[in-house]
Amino acid sequence: MLEIKNLHVKLEEEDKQILKGVDLTVEAGKVHAIMGPNGSGKSTLSYVLSGRDGYEVTEGSATLDGEDLLELEPEERAALGLFLAFQYPVEIPGVGNMTFLRTAVNAQRKVRGEEELSAADFLKLVRAKAKTLKIDADMLKRPVNVGFSGGEKKRNEILQMAMLEPKMCILDETDSGLDVDAMKLVADGVNALRDEGRGFLVITHYQRLLDHIKPDVVHIMANGRIVKTGGPELALEVEHNGYADILAEVN
Amino acid sequence: MALPEAKQSPTEARLASLSLPTAGCTRDAREAALARVREMGLPGRRDEYWKYTRPDTLIQPEAPKAAVFTADEPLMFDQIDRLKIVFVDGVFSPEASDDLSLEGVQIERLEDICCKDFHWAKELYGVLEARGQNPVPRPLAALNTAFAADGVAIHVTGKPSKPICLIYKHESETSDAILHHVIRVESGAEVTILENGPAASRFNKCMEIDVADGGTLHHVRAQGRDHERRAATHMFTRLGEKSVYKSFTLTVNGVLTRNEQVVELTGDEGVAHVSGACVGDGDFLHDDTVFITHDAVNCESRQVFKKVLRNGATGVFQGKILVKEGAQKTDGYQISQSLLLDDDSQFLAKPELEIYADDVACSHGSTSGAIDETALFYLRSRGVPEKDATNMLTLAFLAEAVDEIEDPALVEDIVARLQGWLARRS
Repeated sequence: MLEIKNLHVKLEEEDKQILKGVDLTVEAGKVHAIMGPNGSGKSTLSYVLSGRDGYEVTEGSATLDGEDLLELEPEERAALGLFLAFQYPVEIPGVGNMTFLRTAVNAQRKVRGEEELSAADFLKLVRAKAKTLKIDADMLKRPVNVGFSGGEKKRNEILQMAMLEPKMCILDETDSGLDVDAMKLVADGVNALRDEGRGFLVITHYQRLLDHIKPDVVHIMANGRIVKTGGPELALEVEHNGYADILAEVN
Repeated sequence: MALPEAKQSPTEARLASLSLPTAGCTRDAREAALARVREMGLPGRRDEYWKYTRPDTLIQPEAPKAAVFTADEPLMFDQIDRLKIVFVDGVFSPEASDDLSLEGVQIERLEDICCKDFHWAKELYGVLEARGQNPVPRPLAALNTAFAADGVAIHVTGKPSKPICLIYKHESETSDAILHHVIRVESGAEVTILENGPAASRFNKCMEIDVADGGTLHHVRAQGRDHERRAATHMFTRLGEKSVYKSFTLTVNGVLTRNEQVVELTGDEGVAHVSGACVGDGDFLHDDTVFITHDAVNCESRQVFKKVLRNGATGVFQGKILVKEGAQKTDGYQISQSLLLDDDSQFLAKPELEIYADDVACSHGSTSGAIDETALFYLRSRGVPEKDATNMLTLAFLAEAVDEIEDPALVEDIVARLQGWLARRS
C-alpha cells in the first residue's frame, strides 16, 4: 500500500539533510510502528508524506497504491486516502468543527466522484462516531480545536480519521500529552478502524501506546534512516533498555 | 483666523457648487454649519486626520463619474421583513418606499419636520455634528449639515416589530448625494436600523443619533458593490444612562470609503460597540475612523475592525478611546486587524488611547498578517482544496467582527455577501 524507497529529504531553507534514505513498506491491514529518539526524522517523514511545505525531496520515492505521493498537493493526497493525525492539532478560531469536518468529507467525496453527504446524513454520521469517542455535541460546535484540552484535540483527530475513512493512516505521536484514560480512548478509536483494507503507521516515542494499539511490525528510526525492523518485541526491548543498545548494535 | 490659501480656494470652489436650501426650520443650523465649514476649511492632504486617505475626490466641486453596477445578487436584507425607505441618488422615493407608519416609531422626511410636531428633530439637527467637531474637526460632516438635500427623522418611542431599512440606490453615474438623518430613541425604546446600497457616485451621509436613558439602537449597514463609488459617512451618537448602541458595517468594494463614528457615552453604564468587516481589491481604499468618548462611569465600548485586502488594496484604521476625568470603571476594547492576501496590499493603523481617569481597563491591538500557513496545511491535509481552505480562513478572520451582529438572520445575509465576494475571486 504505502511504499517508501530510499527517501532523502532536506530542509528547503537550509542545507540540512533530515531523511537519509528511508525504506519502508506498509501493507494493507497492517499496523507498523516507528520508534526512535528525538530528532531522528520521524515527524519529518510524516510531514513529507502528507505534503507540508518547507521540505525538499532530493532522492527516492513515496507511493500510495502505486500513485506518486510526492507529486500531489496535500488535498490530493488526502483524497487518495492518506491521513495524518497531527502531533499538535492546529487551532483554527472562527471555523466551526462541524463545518470543517463536513467541508473536508464532501471535498474528498467530490474528488472521488461520490455524491456529497447531505447535512442530515452528515449530522447522523458524525454524532454516532463522536459518541464512541466520547466527544460531546458542544465540542463539535466549537471552533476547530480552540480551547480543547490535549486529550480532546487528539480525540478530535481520531474523529476526523473516522469520518474521512482513509486507506493509510499516519499517527504522529498521538500519545503525547495524553493521560492513561485518554490514551485508551484514542487507542480504542484507532482499533475500531483497523481492517484488512487499511494500513497504519504509528509514530511514537514510547512503547505505552503500543500496548493498546498492537503493531505487526516495529521499526527503529535513527539519524534519518530505519535502522532496525522487528516484531512487537522490539518495542519492549526499547522500553527496557532505551535506544542506546540498539544504536550501538547497528553502528 | 483666515484660512490658508491652500485650504480656502478648494473650500470655496466646493461651496460654489452647492446652494443652501432656503426654506425650513433647519435654516439656522445650516447657516451655523456653513460658518463652521468656512472656519475649518474642507479636508486637505496635509491634515493629520487625512494622512492616510486622500480627500481630493471627496471635496472637488463635481462628483467623479462612477459607473452604475448591476448586481447579480439578490438585494441585501431582502429576506428580512423590514420597513423600506428608499433613496435614489440621494432623493427620497415615495413610490419605492413602504408606507412609513409603524407602531412604536414616527418617521418623517427631513423637509417635513418643520410643519409637523417634530420639535426634537429641529433641536437635534446639526447639534451632535457640532459637538463632534471637537477635538478633531470633521468638515465634511458640517458641509453635510449645511447642504443636506434630503433625509429622514426617526423618532423611536417603542419597540417597532421590524427593522427600518434605508436603501440607497445608485442610478446616475454623476450623482452627488448629501443625506442627513436624525434619530431619537426614547427611554426604554429599541430599534434596528439597516442601511444598504451604493447610494450615488459620491455620497456624503451624516446620521445623528440620540439615545435616551435605557434606549437601544442596533445598526447594520452594507455598503454596496459599485466599484467606482465614493463615500464619506459620519455617525454621531450620544448615549444616555444604560443605553446601548451597536453598529456594524460591511463594505464590499468601492474605490473610496471613509466611515467616521463619533460616539459619546454621557450616562453611566452605557454600552457602545462599533465594528466593521471590509473586503477590498485593487484600487480600493477603506478608512474607518472612530472616536469614542467616555464621559460617565461604568461604560463599555468595543471597536472591532477587520479588513481583507488583496491586489494592492489599502485599509486604514484610526481609532481613539478618550476617557475623560471621572469616567471611572471604563471598559474599553479596540482591535483592528488586516489580512493581506498578497504583498502589494497595505494596512495603515493609528490606534489611540487618551485616559484621564485612574480606574479603567482599556486594551487595544492592531495586527497585519497573511493567511496562517499552518492552519492552511491542516485544512488541506484533510482534503479541503487550497482555495476553499483560504476562503474558510478568510471568513474565520472576519468572524470576530461579524459576530458583533446579534441577529442571526442579519449575520447570515452578511456572511453570504462575504462568501459571494470570495467566490468571485477564487
